[in-house]
Amino acid sequence: MKHVTIPSGADLSALYRQLAGDYPKFFKMDVLSKLGFLLTEMLVADEPDRFRPREDRAVLVFSREGCVANDRHYAATLADFPSPALFVYTLPNIVTGEIAIRNKYEGETSAYVLEKYDEKRLWALVKEAFQDRITQSAVVAWIDCLSDTAWQAEAWLVTREEILK
Amino acid sequence: MTKVYCTGCGVVTPVGDTPEAVFQAVRTGRSALRLYQAGPEPYVASLLSREGFDGPSFFEDIAVKAARKALEQAGLEPSCPRVGLVLSTIKGNVELLDREDVSLAASAARIAAALGMSTPPVVVSNACISGLAALLQGMRMLRDGAYDHVLVVGAEVQSRFIVSGFQSLKALSLQPSKPFDAARDGLNPGEAAAAMVLSGEKKSPWELVDGAVRNDANHISGPSRTGEGSYNALKYLLPLVNREKLAFVNVHGTATLYNDEMEAIALDRAGLLDVPVNALKGIFGHTMGAAGILESIVSMLACDKGVVLPTRGFSELGVSRPVRVSAQEMPTQGSEFIKLLSGFGGVNGALLFRKGGAQ
Repeated sequence: MKHVTIPSGADLSALYRQLAGDYPKFFKMDVLSKLGFLLTEMLVADEPDRFRPREDRAVLVFSREGCVANDRHYAATLADFPSPALFVYTLPNIVTGEIAIRNKYEGETSAYVLEKYDEKRLWALVKEAFQDRITQSAVVAWIDCLSDTAWQAEAWLVTREEILK
Repeated sequence: MTKVYCTGCGVVTPVGDTPEAVFQAVRTGRSALRLYQAGPEPYVASLLSREGFDGPSFFEDIAVKAARKALEQAGLEPSCPRVGLVLSTIKGNVELLDREDVSLAASAARIAAALGMSTPPVVVSNACISGLAALLQGMRMLRDGAYDHVLVVGAEVQSRFIVSGFQSLKALSLQPSKPFDAARDGLNPGEAAAAMVLSGEKKSPWELVDGAVRNDANHISGPSRTGEGSYNALKYLLPLVNREKLAFVNVHGTATLYNDEMEAIALDRAGLLDVPVNALKGIFGHTMGAAGILESIVSMLACDKGVVLPTRGFSELGVSRPVRVSAQEMPTQGSEFIKLLSGFGGVNGALLFRKGGAQ
């Protein structure tokens, strides 16, 4: 299965220009969504028909911190004018939606929070997601953002055959 | 495939702390929705009383209370290594953001510890469909064979953080919400906790048949104009539905302009316009991480009593498709229902419940 990572503290704008460059909505995203977007670009850039709408691909994003880094940014606006642009990123699953929108993935999207990076648990949950009879492949990611500059970010593109073998 | 049954339910809501009390509140149209003046702008919400509470986390406290009720009804000892825990919430302890580790993972671990559970929890945080997605996750854990029982707990408490966000999006109504109504103008935040014990043992007639989660792939904070994800989630279930036994669809029905219209389109595309539809957010407000579980528990009781519950706040149809919204209580012979939810991130979910023979 294909596996990619983004080192903690990497320049995400530079990476965006290198990998995509045609999706200015990227700059509105919180760091969690930016990482999910870029990891997926790295996984699927060379797929044939990559923007054809499809229901058979799931997006499964795992973390410990969820969107707490962005929660703090939004909370900082409360005393003045609460920012709707920041508020919409205060949900751990928005990253899955951003990946789905970019790639026209109409399948299952789910965000899970685990106590720690637990490989065995993560892959058990991925295997369970393939109980959906339509799902044939999945973008699986562990994206744990401690702040806008410190994270763990890795992702895999997996198929039903690889997971259920 | 392993059949999955609901063997225990627990609720903590502003209108009652047992499923029966909550059912009676819905039946008689009794809601705790009222105007709150706290913060810079007023809002209408359904909030729990915090009188007498002095613990570290109100959110975790109500989650544990609902969980204990469900475990008790199921007669289940939570410390067994074959009992799993799925927590559903969107914002957990966010009201304590300045003070401590508010990660949902930390909350889940403390809730598991308070219940004396020995297996590691998983949190499903899928916006407003979290409760439904958590039930589906619990079903999958049972079907995978790793667990014999799974406790699924959903809870949400409201705070300035959440209320201000919805105010900034102009999504809140200053009246009790009016799902599917022509005069609907937004949602009301709600607080609740709700829990279900799922089991492969047929100790209850209520089966969770299957469910699906589908993304609109359209917008992170607005529903699809074509109801794509909601329709696709319904489409997944249609081959499993006994149409003559389908009592109702309990919709998301947040009473925002766009959500209810989107659901009407999805129901039309799924060929479900002849099926009664109801929404419960005119009673509870939008209880977010608890909604999928709480509204499913009330819907199971409604089927048990042979009724389609009324949709408080609804009087005149305000969506473009002729959806059969139940304004008043109606009798039903049906023994199945579909729970439908949608949320930010473009996510939608549908779950089919079926009442089988007696235990």
